[in-house]
Amino acid sequence: MKDDLVNRPRTLFEKIWDDHVVTEEPGSPAVLYVDLHLVHEVTSPQAFQGLRQRGLKVRRPGQTVATLDHSIPTTPPELPIQDELAARQMAQLESNCREFGIPLHGMHDPTRGIVHVIGPELGLTQPGMTIVCGDSHTSTHGAFGALAFGIGTSEVEHVLASQCLLQRKPQTCEVRVEGRLAPGVSAKDVILALITQIGAGGGTGTVFEYTGPAIRALSMEERMTICNMSIEAGARAGLIAPDDTTFSYLAGRPHAPHGAVWEASLLVWRRLPGDPGAACDRLVTLDADRLEPMITYGTNPGMGIPITAPVPDPDAIPDPGQRQAVRKALAYMALAPGRPLLGHPVDVVFIGSCTNGRLSDLRQAARLMQGRTVKAGVRVLVVPGSQQIKRQAEAEGLHRIFQAAGAEWREAGCSMCIAMNGDQLQPGQYAVSTSNRNFEGRQGPGGRTFLASPLTAAAAALTGAVTDPRTLEVRS
Amino acid sequence: MEPFTTLTGRLLALPVDNVDTDQIIPARFLKTTSKAGLGQDLFADWRYHPDGSPRPDFPLNQPGAQGAPILLAGDNFGCGSSREHAPWALADFGFRAVISTSFADIFRNNALKNGLLPVVVDAQTQQQLFSLAQEDPAVRLVIDLASQTLVLPDGRRVSFPIDGFSKVCLLEGMDELGYLLKQEAFIAGYEQRHPPRVDTRIG
Repeated sequence: MKDDLVNRPRTLFEKIWDDHVVTEEPGSPAVLYVDLHLVHEVTSPQAFQGLRQRGLKVRRPGQTVATLDHSIPTTPPELPIQDELAARQMAQLESNCREFGIPLHGMHDPTRGIVHVIGPELGLTQPGMTIVCGDSHTSTHGAFGALAFGIGTSEVEHVLASQCLLQRKPQTCEVRVEGRLAPGVSAKDVILALITQIGAGGGTGTVFEYTGPAIRALSMEERMTICNMSIEAGARAGLIAPDDTTFSYLAGRPHAPHGAVWEASLLVWRRLPGDPGAACDRLVTLDADRLEPMITYGTNPGMGIPITAPVPDPDAIPDPGQRQAVRKALAYMALAPGRPLLGHPVDVVFIGSCTNGRLSDLRQAARLMQGRTVKAGVRVLVVPGSQQIKRQAEAEGLHRIFQAAGAEWREAGCSMCIAMNGDQLQPGQYAVSTSNRNFEGRQGPGGRTFLASPLTAAAAALTGAVTDPRTLEVRS
Repeated sequence: MEPFTTLTGRLLALPVDNVDTDQIIPARFLKTTSKAGLGQDLFADWRYHPDGSPRPDFPLNQPGAQGAPILLAGDNFGCGSSREHAPWALADFGFRAVISTSFADIFRNNALKNGLLPVVVDAQTQQQLFSLAQEDPAVRLVIDLASQTLVLPDGRRVSFPIDGFSKVCLLEGMDELGYLLKQEAFIAGYEQRHPPRVDTRIG
C-alpha cells in the first residue's frame, strides 16, 4: 500500500477500492479484482462465445455463479416454455455453465431466483467485496458494504477470463438521509424521492454512500431496495456501511463464513466504515420526516411526485429541456398536467422484482390485502424474487392472502419488470409497479408504468386506482 | 475492433434527453445469443408502428438517415439497463459516434469497447449542432480522434475529452481483454495474497 494511504482517513468506498487494485499503470485505468461474478442468461451468451473464440477458460469458476431469471416464465415449472428464443437462451446458459464449470441455480433448482435476490440470500454477498454482473441493478449488493456495479457483455467476458476489470476511479457522493420514516412511507419512497430530487443523471460518474439515521434504522431488505435503484439516478453503485444489522442478516447463511472464519471476518468488516474525517466528493441530503409515499408519473424514474401532489405542468417548468421532456412523458402516459394522480385508474399491479420482490415486501402488500379483494377488472401479479422467498411466503400463508384477494401468485423471476418472459402490459394499459423502471414500453410495448412501493401497489390493487396507502386501514 | 481515427459524415439529430437503453433496443430483442443484426431493431418502438411500418417522422426513417455515422442526442444518453446490445445495435445500424452533453457510465464503457465513440460537448455546442442539423439535414461533421476535435461545417473546431487509455484503444483498434491478460503476473500475485472470499461450488 502506498505510504500516503496509511494514515489518510478513507471512506468506505476508498477502502474497498484500494483493497482490490491489482495494478495501475500511469495513464491507464486500474486493474480491479472481482471477488464475485454473477451471471444470467441474457447478457452472457456473447461473452462465453468470445471465450471460445479466443480459446480461453473461466479463470475462477468458484467465484462465479449463474442463475436463470430474466426470460424465465413465472408459470408453473412443469409447463413447457412457450417462447422458443427464450428457451434457447436458457438452454445456452445451461450448456455454457456445464462447459466452463460454473455453478448454475437452474430451472428446477430450489435456490433459483433473481440474481440480486439470491446473492444476498445465499450469503454470497458479503461486506468489503467487489461484485459485478451484466445487469445494472447489481448496485443492490452495495447494501452490504460491497462495491457492486453493472457491466456490459464485453466486461462479462473480461471478468470470466481474468477475474478483473479495467476501471477508472469514480467520484463519491454521500447521500445523507436524516430523520425517520413515517408509517406508510418505505425505503422505496426514499429512493424515488432522491432520484426525483437529483434527476435520472444526477449521480453519473459517482458512487453513492447512503448515511444518516433513517438509513441505519432500515432492515437489510429495505437497504437493498435503496441501493438497487442507485443506478436510476445514474450512479455507478450505492453503498451502505456494514453494521450489526448486516452481520445478523448474514449469520448462518449457506455461503457466509462460519466458526472462527466468521469471527475473523467480523473484525475485518467492522473496520470497513469510513474513518472519522473522511469525506465524499459531494453531499446530498434528504429529510425522511418530510417524505410521503412517492409515485412516478413520467417515463424515467426521476419523474416522481409525492402521491398527494399534482402531475407537473410543463408550461411551469423554466428549463426548456426539462419542459420538453415532461411534455413528451405526459403525452406517452396520456396524463393531464396539473392534475393529481390519486384516483387515476389502473389496469395491472405488479408486485415483485429485484427492487421489491423480497419477503418483507410481500408481507407489507399482504398485510394491506388481507381480508380484502382486488378491484374487479384489475390484474394483479405477485412474483417472489426467488424460489426460496416463494416457499417462505407460502409457509407464512401469504400466498393464500393474495390468492383469496384475487391476485396471481407466480414462480420467481424478473417477470414484468423487464417483460421478456411473456408477463407484460398490453398497449395503453396502466400499471402500478414495484419495479425500478418506468421507461416507455419497459413493461410491454405501449404500456404505462407508475413506479411505487409495495404498499402503494397493494392499495391500487384493491381500489383499481392510484391510492394513498395511508388511507387504507390494515384489517387483521 | 476496427480502429477509429477520423470520421467524416452526416449528423443525425435525436433531440431527446435521457434516452435509455430500453429505447435504443427494447428488451424483447435481447433473447438473441449473437451480436449481429441488431441494427434493424434499433429504436424499434420509436421507429416503427406496432404493425411494423415505419413512422415517417422518426429521424432514422428520414431520407439519408441510413449511412449517417454520427448521432446527435440530448443529455444523459444511454441511461438505464447495462445491455451492450445498445451499442451493438447503434454500430450495426452504422453509427460510429454519438454526441451528447453526457453519457451514462455503463453505456459509455460499452460503446468504447465496440468502436463507437462517445463525444461529450457542452450544452451550447449541442444546441448549435441541433440548429445546424435542423437548418441543413445533410450537414456533415469531421471528428478527429487523435487531436480530440470536432470540426463544424464553418471550420470551427470544438475539442472533446477522452481518457488517454480509451483513446489509444480506439486509435489502434486494441482490445481491453488483451491488455488485461498481459497483467497475468500481477493478477496471480494478487490471488496469492488474497484467497477467495467465497466458493460458489460448495454450500
